[in-house]
Amino acid sequence: MKLLYFAWVRERVGRAEEEAEAPAGVSTVAELIEWLRGRGPEYEHAFEAGPAIRAAIDKRHARADAPIAGAREIAFFPPMTGG
Amino acid sequence: MTVRLQTEPFDLGAEVARLTDGRSDVGAVVTFMGVCRDRTDSGAELVALTLEHYPGMVEDELSRIEAEARARWSLADALVIHRHGRILAGEPIVLVVTLAPHRAAAFEAAEFLMDYLKTSAPFWKQEETADGRSWVAAKATDDAAADRWKK
Repeated sequence: MKLLYFAWVRERVGRAEEEAEAPAGVSTVAELIEWLRGRGPEYEHAFEAGPAIRAAIDKRHARADAPIAGAREIAFFPPMTGG
Repeated sequence: MTVRLQTEPFDLGAEVARLTDGRSDVGAVVTFMGVCRDRTDSGAELVALTLEHYPGMVEDELSRIEAEARARWSLADALVIHRHGRILAGEPIVLVVTLAPHRAAAFEAAEFLMDYLKTSAPFWKQEETADGRSWVAAKATDDAAADRWKK
């Protein structure tokens, strides 16, 4: 699947997008974040805000317990500040 | 009913004229325009804002919010314009226009559109001051404003 990062999550990870295959057992947004945090200090730094980080699966807002099976695109970003 | 995402500024008067042209069934037109202030919340002088967005999802979310406004209020028409990219102090950022037979629906729908847009449309503001750039933090008051519309 494709992972996308926006705003300061993107700056901390150091890239806007990447391809990734989560290992078996990683089945929700929260588990995906935990797995990403183990990939390196830049991910740990990006996701240390924990529940403050929002996610979207295939361009729809997704909660931490949302299943990721079948997702083509998962995005992570800070709380939104438009308007 | 239109949702537009663009980098260039917009003209409120021209947009309202286009929406009301040839109509005589509309008794109320409410507009809200968000403008880039020249100060940050901490009082520093602000040069510009840069708005980052999630292409594709922004359009989907704005359309979804607008459809919900149409389902909740009897609107003759509605327009949402949101800019992205670099926006200078004094320039417009966002425009919401609602048209309805009577004012209550137009006022409420415009507030609803703005409250939901702020908390669910994927935009992020970065402030540019003499000290550099910094990301704007989300406000709890914006979440509370959106929550009051939950049934």
